[in-house]
Amino acid sequence: MPDGVAAHADPHGPASATGFGAAGHHPALQHHFQTLAQQQEAATLGMWIFLVTEVMFFGGLLMAYLLYRVWYPAAWSEGSLELDIRLGAFNTVVLIASSLTMALGVRAAQTGAQKWTVRWLLITMALGFTFLVVKFFEYREKYLLHHIPGPNFEFEGPHAGQVELFLSLYFGLTGLHALHMVVGFSLLAVITWMAHRRRFSPEWYTPVELSGLYWHFVDIVWIFLFPLLYLVDRARQFG
Amino acid sequence: MTTTVLPRVNYLNVRHGVASWLLTKDHKRIGIMYLVVVTIAFFLGGIFATGVRIELTTPQGDFVSADTYNRLFTMHGVAMVFFVLIPSVPAILGNFALPLMIGAKDVAFPKINLLSWYIFVIGFFFTLAAMVLGGVDTGWTFYTPYSTVYSNSNVLMTGIGVFIAGFSSILTGLNFMVTIHRMRAPGMTWFRLPLFVWALYATSLVQILGTPVIAITVGMLALERALGFGIFDPRLGGDPVLFQHLFWFYSHPAVYIMILPPMGVISEVIACFSRKNVFGYSFVAFSSLAIAVFGFLVWAHHLFVAGISPYSAMVFSFLSFAVAIPSAVKTFNWTATLYQGAIWWRAPLMWVFGFIGLFLIGGLTGLFLASLGLDVHLHDTYFVVAHFHYIMVGGAIMGFFAGLHYWWPKMTGRMFSNAAATLAALLVFVGFNLTFFPQFILGYLGMPRRYHAYSEEFQVLNVLSSAGASILAVGYTLIACYLVYSLFKGEAAGANPWRATGLEWKTQSPPIPDNFPETPIVNEAAYKYSEREIEVA
Repeated sequence: MPDGVAAHADPHGPASATGFGAAGHHPALQHHFQTLAQQQEAATLGMWIFLVTEVMFFGGLLMAYLLYRVWYPAAWSEGSLELDIRLGAFNTVVLIASSLTMALGVRAAQTGAQKWTVRWLLITMALGFTFLVVKFFEYREKYLLHHIPGPNFEFEGPHAGQVELFLSLYFGLTGLHALHMVVGFSLLAVITWMAHRRRFSPEWYTPVELSGLYWHFVDIVWIFLFPLLYLVDRARQFG
Repeated sequence: MTTTVLPRVNYLNVRHGVASWLLTKDHKRIGIMYLVVVTIAFFLGGIFATGVRIELTTPQGDFVSADTYNRLFTMHGVAMVFFVLIPSVPAILGNFALPLMIGAKDVAFPKINLLSWYIFVIGFFFTLAAMVLGGVDTGWTFYTPYSTVYSNSNVLMTGIGVFIAGFSSILTGLNFMVTIHRMRAPGMTWFRLPLFVWALYATSLVQILGTPVIAITVGMLALERALGFGIFDPRLGGDPVLFQHLFWFYSHPAVYIMILPPMGVISEVIACFSRKNVFGYSFVAFSSLAIAVFGFLVWAHHLFVAGISPYSAMVFSFLSFAVAIPSAVKTFNWTATLYQGAIWWRAPLMWVFGFIGLFLIGGLTGLFLASLGLDVHLHDTYFVVAHFHYIMVGGAIMGFFAGLHYWWPKMTGRMFSNAAATLAALLVFVGFNLTFFPQFILGYLGMPRRYHAYSEEFQVLNVLSSAGASILAVGYTLIACYLVYSLFKGEAAGANPWRATGLEWKTQSPPIPDNFPETPIVNEAAYKYSEREIEVA
């Protein structure tokens, strides 16, 4: 029986028979894959499946949101009006812009424009950071008003308990979203560093693309959260 | 049987030292590492179960206090469900066998695979810490508002442990799904895949779609308990039944995470030891997927007496009956596989027979509980306890041992004693039935679950049950003894001691780190057994 070393001699094996085509000895090709194309397809599929799990993860909270919104429309309207629509709208614009710059960053990586990859990624990170700073001030305001659910919660009104329920879900959803922003920010920091070190090429830029997928996902979550939380009954305010 | 010495270089001896294990990316080693942790959890869960059974030998609550009893059965459930049954077959046997079975060098993401082991261990440590600090008393179901407001035990710590361990399960499912899609050897088409791989695929689906929901549900529970957020709190208008819905949206499909992979094991083993193609391959394959999909639509049968709408109860009752169909398809097809096979009486097959018998009883009593009227009588009685133990222990654990015995020669390169293994299978089968069959009767007579004292008339059956549990314990201990013994004294197995088909048997035992000297090429369907082979063996 040949020993383990024998298997290293021919990492590509009969891969060309599978239709992937030999991609040469790319430095990023991991040992257990036959070709770079197979590695990229595996990574991309993995990321999409991960995003599915994320949908289910947020789904539990959104289910609770849906149920209580149907049960307590008045409290939902009241709670929603407590949120600062200007900051929320500003953050929405910021995040959508960051998705654009992220897409441009992926495009730059794809065409091999290394400097622009780094620049677009840095701008994306800056926008993400802006979002988190604004979110911090929103949370701070809630803290000062004793609107954070728990023992110190204070709210005047006929639906105080249910407004607390609303705010619990507000903090649950936006907190989870902010956590994802922090993760995404860290991910982009690593990717930017890698791009700076010229680790990507048009042939292999999978990490940029997958971080982009993740970033867009976090963005889309916010695009759902903004109307669900901030725009429940704004007609009452502006109409 | 071959008596050659072990291969000179294999995945077990290619590197030495603790670090070579803790930093390994080899799916085979990671599978072994899961086996170690799961075994610890299994014995821990067994100790808690022992406490429960000792208490229940007498009608009075005399061995432990009611509070301690609550903690015992809760910790038994938590340890067994989240740290034994969920990871047992996928994370141990799946990790070890999946890449071998599809002719790959490893899973798609070896680093993530190692990461999920670490996540699992961290989750286990949190749960262990909760146990050491005094345990938890809510039942493994963590129902609110008891768990969020009233319980004076370590709910938060246990919840964090379960939350963390969940991500291990998610990542394993993700890894397996990508592996099955992208890592198959040339010629390994979907309908040439061994049925164990189909079962793992269906399981991954459940892990990916279900586990995040329990994670966020436990997360909400933690927010409520730790910070006073109100999501399920009735004082604020929150709904405890919502918690139950979300909990069972995962935890019922979780039963299929436990039972689907052992079903896949059964298909492998039964084909090998009856030297026949699995009857109705595609039906067995698709019944796995059907169980995974239907499994997501039956959760509210746990809530029939929780005040849900009678109309939705009817729908859920109907769907719960429907999920019996793909399960029955499998059972019939396994039986048909045995029919006119050349049965080879070896220990793995004994475990399979145990599985089929116990799963049959477990499955059929599930139909009792899916009936709306009967469930009102049987809900929260020992009938339920007996039912799910028949599925989760009689099914999942018997299937796990079938697979462990089947692949043990491949994992270690050594043969275990067939006589000892057959005896263990017999002991576990007898002990199991003696433990849990009386509980069906107890439940039917009205003994409620989760109480540490009971009426005098239930004592005989409870004593029988505790006696059975001690036989069960002897059986499990015996397995540990002869398997460990085989590591040192077992004769060398050779590449294919069972003369089985399947790519994993075409490489040496234990395999080289890269599994195959060169990537195998597949040109035939799974289970090409010839009936006369047995005579050669």
